[in-house]
Amino acid sequence: MSVEMKTTGEVLTAYLSGELDHHTAVAMRNQIDSSIELNMPTMLILDFSGITFMDSSGIGLIMGRYRVLSKSGAKLHISGVTPQIYKVMKLAGLERLSVLDETSIINR
Amino acid sequence: MKVINKFSMNMVSCSANESFARAAISAFALQLDPTIEEISDIKTAVSEAVTNCIVHAYREATGKIYITAEILDNSSIRIRIKDRGCGIADVNKAMEPLYSSIGDERAGLGFSVMQTFMDKLTVRSKLDVGTTVTLVKHISPRFVK
Repeated sequence: MSVEMKTTGEVLTAYLSGELDHHTAVAMRNQIDSSIELNMPTMLILDFSGITFMDSSGIGLIMGRYRVLSKSGAKLHISGVTPQIYKVMKLAGLERLSVLDETSIINR
Repeated sequence: MKVINKFSMNMVSCSANESFARAAISAFALQLDPTIEEISDIKTAVSEAVTNCIVHAYREATGKIYITAEILDNSSIRIRIKDRGCGIADVNKAMEPLYSSIGDERAGLGFSVMQTFMDKLTVRSKLDVGTTVTLVKHISPRFVK
């Protein structure tokens, strides 16, 4: 599991890689939140293209960041999602939050 | 249904074992020649069940998680994940989507994922005794063997 953070202007991108489950979610969350606090972006992109597995712990991670960003009016966007991970996100109804769309999905 | 192969294991309710549990069961399921999507469904459902044992059943304590997987003669896998933790007071309530008895960024989707990704889910629980989750998935035969 690793998270690489990159800033371009007011956009902060978190490149997630490895397996995202209850065990790894805490470290990912802490790293992303520290970077949000430091950079105060207007948009956070969570890039899942390096994620090889995700269960509903990933939904908790996304929803938690959505709440953190909403406090400052910043937006969240999700990219690089495989069809299997999209199944979990769809089950959680994430499309309704407008954080992902069909361009978020990739095929490996 | 007749059981044609079986394996059992138990492990400590340590979160580092979540990935081990899903890897072990998915490796066992490979003998049914599942698709990548089917194996991914199994891994996700197992991960949810094992995480429930760690996060909910044993909470701050540490206990054992007992896992049995069986290959059935109708091209199915049956997985039992059992704990001796606190038990669930209201199973129907716990199975409601987005319901979580704790905060800590839990989405409350564990049972919904298990229900959606597997063909059958059974939950038996007794307070202060423990919980057994049974998951069944049919694997569609792809080739004439």
